[in-house]
Amino acid sequence: MTEEHVKFGKSKVFFDTFERRPGPIKKNMHYCPGCGHGILHKLIAEAIEDQGIQDRTVIIAPVGCAVFSYYYYNCGGISVPHGRAPAVGTGLARALPDDFVISYQGDGDLAAIGLNEFLQAANRGESMSVFFVNNSTYGMTGGQMAPTTLPGQKTVTSPCGRQIENDGYPIKVCEMVNTLAAPVYIERVALTSTAKIMQARKAIRKAVANLKERKGFSLVEILSPCPVNLKMNAKTINAFIDEQMSRYFPLGCFRDEPESKVKHYAIRPVHDPESVKKVLFPPKLNIGVASDFKNQSKIFENERRIKIAGFGGQGILSLGIMLATMGKLRNFNVTWLPSYGPEQRGGSANCSVILSRNLIGSPVIDDNCNLLIAMTQVALDKFMHELKPNGVLVYDSSTMRVPTHIADSHPVFGIKALDIALGLGSLKCANSVIMGALSAILIDRYLEGADKMDFDRAFEEAIIDCFNKKPEVIKLNICAFYEGKKAVRF
Amino acid sequence: MEYLNRLLLKGNEAVVYGALLAGCDAFYGYPITPASEVAHSSAALFPKLNRTFLQAESEISAINMVIGASAAGKRVMTGSSGLGISLKQEAVSYLAAFELPAVIVDIMRGGPGLGNISPEQSDYFQVVKGGGHGAYRCLVFTPESVQEMCDAGYHAFSLCEKYRMPGYILADGVIGQMMESVTLPEPTTYVYDPEWKITNKTNGEANYLTTIYLENDDLERRNHLLQEKYRTVQENEQSAEEFFTEDAELVLVAYGISARIARTAVSRLRQQGWKVGMLRPKMVFPFPERALKKIARSGKTRAFLCIELSPGQMIEDVKLAINCELPVHLAYRLGGNIPSVAEISEKAVAIINAKGGDRA
Repeated sequence: MTEEHVKFGKSKVFFDTFERRPGPIKKNMHYCPGCGHGILHKLIAEAIEDQGIQDRTVIIAPVGCAVFSYYYYNCGGISVPHGRAPAVGTGLARALPDDFVISYQGDGDLAAIGLNEFLQAANRGESMSVFFVNNSTYGMTGGQMAPTTLPGQKTVTSPCGRQIENDGYPIKVCEMVNTLAAPVYIERVALTSTAKIMQARKAIRKAVANLKERKGFSLVEILSPCPVNLKMNAKTINAFIDEQMSRYFPLGCFRDEPESKVKHYAIRPVHDPESVKKVLFPPKLNIGVASDFKNQSKIFENERRIKIAGFGGQGILSLGIMLATMGKLRNFNVTWLPSYGPEQRGGSANCSVILSRNLIGSPVIDDNCNLLIAMTQVALDKFMHELKPNGVLVYDSSTMRVPTHIADSHPVFGIKALDIALGLGSLKCANSVIMGALSAILIDRYLEGADKMDFDRAFEEAIIDCFNKKPEVIKLNICAFYEGKKAVRF
Repeated sequence: MEYLNRLLLKGNEAVVYGALLAGCDAFYGYPITPASEVAHSSAALFPKLNRTFLQAESEISAINMVIGASAAGKRVMTGSSGLGISLKQEAVSYLAAFELPAVIVDIMRGGPGLGNISPEQSDYFQVVKGGGHGAYRCLVFTPESVQEMCDAGYHAFSLCEKYRMPGYILADGVIGQMMESVTLPEPTTYVYDPEWKITNKTNGEANYLTTIYLENDDLERRNHLLQEKYRTVQENEQSAEEFFTEDAELVLVAYGISARIARTAVSRLRQQGWKVGMLRPKMVFPFPERALKKIARSGKTRAFLCIELSPGQMIEDVKLAINCELPVHLAYRLGGNIPSVAEISEKAVAIINAKGGDRA
């Protein structure tokens, strides 16, 4: 008996038998008679086999008749949400610099619900090849109108024929993609005759070869028959594609460039702990204190609650960050909570800072405030009631009247912060002037022992911590700080 | 080189630090207030480690890119706020159905609709009960501090991977926007490389991922397996902090920023001699039923008080957990307002004075 040699058999990229397909039929595909998907599957399988990339190829199945393509291809497979194949493909392609991503999509999937994902992936020049099956109708859901349904063409959702007035014109996908800079290869083919199938075969090979060569984004649009839903036979469906569809969607190559204008480099994530630390951990500066350090002054035994308020541009939020940083550098737990959003955009700004040796509860200060720094009259009026009976008020006396109607129990200090800052040449350092004043006040009234010496150092360290790479900013703020210190009148 | 591991960070930044230290390979997202810094710090940091940051064209695309990266066997994260989470829900259902791990950060803001950008906790239902189609659950971490944002970013991946399911880090505008001192954990040395990734083979056949089961019996079997997994999670992973609950007549139940306020209220009330405590779910799926049940049956606790920035969403799980055996009260604010410690304290005292109040 002579051995049989099959010259043009089933590609090895397909399974021998389709065991993943439920039911008794394991040798045939699930597609309807006359459907183009079978031919197209075969052309793609052969191209993958020819390029020798079967083991490194992932095929994304759309929602539509080809959702089950993983029954047939022995390649990595995933059936994704409707229209999202190019987005999933982006995630895959970026994660897999050594693998090859094919997105297989129908006209509803690609040109209706997923048009954005598709165009954006094309525009980024993602490393993938998209095979776009245009059969002018929705196959799986039973022959509804597609974005590629021709004007006047009847479907179950356009029973009187597609009305341009109501439904708009069919979308020409290749032409649209051809307006984008990134794609390397765009061609429209059809599956109506042997000659055209051979041309389709060439185009598909080209797109798969582009994948292997990592050229970027390729698109092949395939005009494909769906005789069952279009209620045609083999002959009339081919005539429909050749005479009507191809007139609206002309066949041909729209673009074939040697390389993409958008180059994606293989991303190989760095995970070694030393490199990770170098990026995420701050270098150890010569600041801060030993981990068992504790400030001695009595005021630090309780939680300290500070509200800073004024308008945007006065450095309100960064003054808070400065205080929080000082706290962090002296082993306190700190919280810094800004006002954010419309309030901030409307011009006013405030933040709450809490320092504590214990776990801090609410980061919101709406009562029991120990220190209010008010930089505008509005801020003072708004937040004065939050101050504790013996809470300290510091205000900017260059822009505000001397506050009246304030209980005698409050120590009150007016500092010409804006004036002093302007004198130093930058409004931005008004907050450091306030910090300087605070230093004088705290040293005079509240700090004990070594803490008296430490406050200024802690401030300088915080400035270095916040502006590590800007020596001129550090200098200006330290200068402003010492001006502020001098400006306090007891 | 010597490094410091103590930083002052925003919650939105800390979660990204945590994720990077856990080996997160990619971040896909779309900007939205008050979650923007999640994207900002990802954009600044991921590329420095040759990891992927991509600003997607939409929330829908971002979460589908997450599907792709996760299917490829990578640790991947996305982040958004309520509106964006609504858009992601279809794909979250797919992630659950695919059994793909992924971490989703939700920095909740005021809703419904465009609402505002101030904090609310009203995404509880859409995140905890499964906002997408089909019967699925996600792990839900509820950090109350910037440190816990970092810790959640660090630990969420391994738990999501253990159960092969998506997980949320559910925080609010305050937790996202505030800065606190954070101690960074050491970078992980664990190499994540799941067998099921779609570039691998199983018994000589290329792996595939699908969520379609046309045969009813197949889908039913599949769904039973998922539900079985969720029961295991509910059984094994409950996590809560108890704060002065042992002898408490009234136990406050709160997560996120509400828990911070409740904590201060409890501390102040304790100083005044009131027997109050707090139970803080650290995760809300699985919900800490056991801890609640134990408190409810302690004989000492007469009532619960839920504190929420939502009009009573978590309270449903509290009532279910204790089978309505005790009254469960609710104190809440909406629209971005935060209840004051004084407000909560007054309500707590009133409930205690009313001997626990009516059965809810």
